[in-house]
Amino acid sequence: MRGKIHSIETCGTVDGPGIRYILFTQGCPLRCKYCHNPDTWSIQNGKDVDTDDLINEIIKYKSFMQFSGGGVTVSGGEPLLQPEFVKDLLQKCKANNIHTAIDTSGFISIQKADPVLDYTDLVLLDIKSYNPDIYKDLTGVSLDPTLAFAKHLNDRKIPVWIRYVLVPGITDHKEDIEHLAEFLSSLDNIERIDILPFHKMGEFKWEQIGKNYELADVSEPTSEALKEAQEIFRKYTLPIK
Amino acid sequence: MFKEWNGFESGSWCRHIDVRDFIQKNYTPYEGDDSFLADVTSRTSKLWDRVLELMKDEIEKGILDVETSVPSTISSHAPGYLDKENEQIVGFQSDAPLKRNIMPSGGIRTVKNALESYGYELDPVTWKTYTEYRKTHNDGVFSAYTTAMKKARHSGIITGLPDAYGRGRIIGDYRRVALYGVDRLIEDKESQKLSLEVGSMTEEIIRLREEITEQIGALKELKKMALSYGFDISKPAQTAKEAIQWTYFAYLGAIKEQDGAAMSIGRVSTFLDIYIERDLKAGALTEEEAQELMDHFVMKLRMVRFLRTPSYNELFSGDPTWVTEVIGGMGLDGRSLVTKNSFRMLHTLVTLGPAPEPNLTVLWSVRLPKAFKDFCSKMSIETSSIQYESDDLMRPYWGDDYGIACCVSAMRIGKQMQFFGARANLAKALLYAINGGRDEKAGDQVGPKFAPVTTEYLEFDDVWEKFEQIMEWLAELYVNTLNVIHYMHDKYAYEKLELALHDRDILRTFATGIAGLSVVADSLSAIKYAKVKALRNDEGLVVDYEIEGEYPAYGNNIDEVDDLAIQVVETFMSKIRKHKTYRNSYPTLSILTITSNVVYGKKTGNTPDGRKAGEPFAPGANPMHGRDLKGAVASLASVAKLPYQHAEDGISYTFSIIPKALGKSDAERISNLSGLLDGYFAQGGHHININVFDRETLLDAMDHPEKYPQLTIRVSGYAVNFIRLTREQQLDVINRTFHEHV
Repeated sequence: MRGKIHSIETCGTVDGPGIRYILFTQGCPLRCKYCHNPDTWSIQNGKDVDTDDLINEIIKYKSFMQFSGGGVTVSGGEPLLQPEFVKDLLQKCKANNIHTAIDTSGFISIQKADPVLDYTDLVLLDIKSYNPDIYKDLTGVSLDPTLAFAKHLNDRKIPVWIRYVLVPGITDHKEDIEHLAEFLSSLDNIERIDILPFHKMGEFKWEQIGKNYELADVSEPTSEALKEAQEIFRKYTLPIK
Repeated sequence: MFKEWNGFESGSWCRHIDVRDFIQKNYTPYEGDDSFLADVTSRTSKLWDRVLELMKDEIEKGILDVETSVPSTISSHAPGYLDKENEQIVGFQSDAPLKRNIMPSGGIRTVKNALESYGYELDPVTWKTYTEYRKTHNDGVFSAYTTAMKKARHSGIITGLPDAYGRGRIIGDYRRVALYGVDRLIEDKESQKLSLEVGSMTEEIIRLREEITEQIGALKELKKMALSYGFDISKPAQTAKEAIQWTYFAYLGAIKEQDGAAMSIGRVSTFLDIYIERDLKAGALTEEEAQELMDHFVMKLRMVRFLRTPSYNELFSGDPTWVTEVIGGMGLDGRSLVTKNSFRMLHTLVTLGPAPEPNLTVLWSVRLPKAFKDFCSKMSIETSSIQYESDDLMRPYWGDDYGIACCVSAMRIGKQMQFFGARANLAKALLYAINGGRDEKAGDQVGPKFAPVTTEYLEFDDVWEKFEQIMEWLAELYVNTLNVIHYMHDKYAYEKLELALHDRDILRTFATGIAGLSVVADSLSAIKYAKVKALRNDEGLVVDYEIEGEYPAYGNNIDEVDDLAIQVVETFMSKIRKHKTYRNSYPTLSILTITSNVVYGKKTGNTPDGRKAGEPFAPGANPMHGRDLKGAVASLASVAKLPYQHAEDGISYTFSIIPKALGKSDAERISNLSGLLDGYFAQGGHHININVFDRETLLDAMDHPEKYPQLTIRVSGYAVNFIRLTREQQLDVINRTFHEHV
C-alpha cells in the first residue's frame, strides 16, 4: 500500500511515550495559523512510499522502542487524510508487536477513521480551541467533527492524549479553556493533557513556501499564563502535564 | 596473611597477585538508588574553591608554574600540598599544586619548545645532559625513520604519532599497592626475575630481565616518595582512607615518571568500595566521610597536569590527561559490578561540580540495575560529563576486570598494555588513490607512483581498486613506523612503574587508528550512487569534485552506504594484520579522532563527498555534520553497525542533544536517555559520548567564558572544559549536528 509522506524522525520523544519512530504524512485539511509544518499541507508534494518498505525500516528500530517503552507515531500533516495507507502501516506494526499512535486534529469522518483505529493504541488529539468561532478562524475548518471524534474515541475506549497549543490573545481565553476542560472531564479515556506553548520555530517555512505568517507579532506565552491554563485543567482533576 | 586483610574473604588472591579475585570474593553489589548519597562537606567546598581559584589563574597564564631544570622521576620532587591540614588525600606531581614537570626522556626539544611557548627557559645543564650524555626517545625514533616515514608524517597522511611525546595508554594496576603493599609486590617481581634464569638467554629474556630490574627499582622509589609524605606503603592499606591514598600514590608515581598522552587510573571505584564497606560496617566511617574521601581523591585526579607543546594542544585541545576511570559493568558470574562507590564516584560531579577529568566512563550493560542506569542518565543530563561503553560487547573479549586507556581502548588491568599508534588519514588516502600517490595539496609524490584515475567521471570499481592499492601501501608503512616508535619508546622511555604493576607476561596490542571514515564512506557512496566529476588543475592533479545527483549518506541507517563504511574498516584492518608487529603485539584498530578531526580536516583537500578543503572531518565514527537527516536514532543505528571485531581498539561516537528533545519532564528525559543507551548498545554500539545542552549555552560561553568556569562537554572520547578549547574548536563543536527535533 502506497502513501505520501513528508519526512521521518527516528528519535521522537514528545509525541507519545518512550522513543518513537515518527512518520510525518503529507497533506492536511487544516490551515492553522501557527502551523510549524506548513510544508506538509499540500497533498501534491511529499514522497511516495510503500508500507512494506516502511515496516522493514521501522523494524530496525525495535530495540530502541522496546527498551524505552516507545513505538511508532504517525503524525503529519493529517494522517487520517490517507486512512487506507495509515491503517495498513499500523496493522503491520501491530503484527510486529509495536505500539502505535496517531497524532490527529480529528477533522475526519468517523467511518473513514474507524478501520485505522482498529490498530491504534493511542491517539494524540489536537484540539486547537473549544470556541467554534476561534477554531474556525484559526484553522479554516469547523470544530464539530473533532468533538464528535473525541466522543467516538471515548466510546471505543481508545486512550487519548490531548494537545492544546496556548497562543496569547487567541487560545488563552479562560472561559474557552474552562469549557474544554469541562468537556474533557466528561470523557473517561483521557490519559494526559499537554499544553504546548506557542512558538515561532516554523515561521521561516512560511516564507519558504511564499505564504504570509499572520502571527509574526504574537509573542510566546509567559510561564504564568501556562500555569494558569494548567490550573484550569487541574481543577477538573484532569491529568495535566 | 596480613593483619590488614582482617574481615576479607580469603581466596587465591591471598597467595597470588590477583586483584580481580579479591574483588569477586569481597564486593557488595548495590541495586538501590542514589538516596543514600551524602552532601558535600564544608571542608571539601573550601578546598575546591581554592582549586578553582588556582585553575582560573592557570587559564589566564597558560600554565601556573613549571619546573625548568630537574627532570621528573617518581621521587625527584619534594612533597606538595594544597592545604595540608584539610586535604584528606595528599600528593602532587611537583612541590606545588598544578605545577608542571619536565620529562625529557621522551624528547628534549619537545620540552624546550613547550617551556619557551609559555615564556620559560630550559636549564642549560639539563639541555646539555639530554643532548650530549643521554639519548631520548625522539632522537632514537628519528635515527631510524626511513625517508618514506618522514614523508608520510610530513604530508599528514599519518599524524599524531607518539614520536616526540609519551605514548601513554598503559594502565598500571594501582590497586595492587593498596591490597598488597609494595614489599609484597617487590617480592613477586624478584621471583619473576628468578623464573627467568633459563637455559637460553635470548633477546626477549634479556630484555625482560632488564625491564623487571627497572620495575623493582621503580617500586622502591615509590615507597620513598610516599614516605616523603609521611606514609609507609610497604604494607597493605588498613582502612578505606589508606586504600584510597595508597592507590593514589601508585598512580601519582606513574604520572611523575611518565607524561603519556593518556594516563588512565583504571577501575578503582568498586575495589575501593570493599574497604569503605568494611569501615562503614565497623563504624569507623560515615557516609559523609566516605564521600569526602572520594571527593578529595577525585580533586587530585582533576589536578593532574603535563607540559605540552602548542602543536600538541592543537591536536588534543583543552589540556586533557585522560585519567579514565571505568564504573559499573557486569561480572562474568552475572552479578552487577555496581556498588555504592560507583554512585559516589559519579556523585563527585555534583559535590565538586562538572569536570572533564577524571574521564568517567560507565560500562553499560542492558542488565545493569535500573536505578543505576537512571542515575547515570540523570548525571549526563545535568553535567554532560560521562561517556558510555558497551560492557556486553567487551566482556566476551576482555573479561570483567578491564579498564579503558584514554577514550575507548579496553585492556585487562595489570595484564595488558597497548602500543599507541595515533591514526592514519583515510580520507587523504582516498585522494592519493585518485591522484596516483600524489598529495592533493602539495602535488608531490608521497606514495608510490600508482596509476591515477584518468576518467572524467569517477568509476566506483576503478576508484576502489586504486584505494585498496593505496591502503596496502599505507598499512605497511604505518605498521613499520609504529614498530620504530615503540622499539625506541621501550628503549629510552620505558614505563617502569606502570609495568611494575603488571604481570610478568602481558598481552600487548598494536593500536592503529583511522580518521575520516564518514568522509570516505560518503565519498564512495557519491561515486557509486550519484555521479562525481573530477576537476583537474593544470598539472593534471584532481583538486575538486562536482557531484551530480544525490547519494545516500552515512548516518541515516541506510545499508548501501553503511556497508561501504564497514567495508573500509574491514579492508584496512585486514591489511594491517598482514604485517609483522613489534614484540609480536596483537594488531587492533580504533575509529577515534579525539579533537584532531579539525587538524586532519585542515590538512586534507576537497573530497568527492562535497566536503571542501580544510573543513573539519566528523569526529571519530560520527556521520558528517548535517548529513544525518533522519534523527538521532538512525544515526546511532548506523554507527552501531561498525564491526568491533575489526576495530577492537574502539569506535567512538559523540552525541549532542538539546534537553527538550529528550522529553518533556525530567523523569521522561531520564527514562528516554536510558532507553536510548539500551537500544544503541543492544544493536552493537561500542561507545557514546552524551552531551545534553542547548546550542545557545555554548554560544554564550564563547562570549562570556567567565560565567562558565566548569562547563564541560564531551568530545570524541574525552571531555573538555569548553572554555579551554580554541575558538576554532569551539565553533566545530557548535556546528556539529545537535539533535533537536521537538
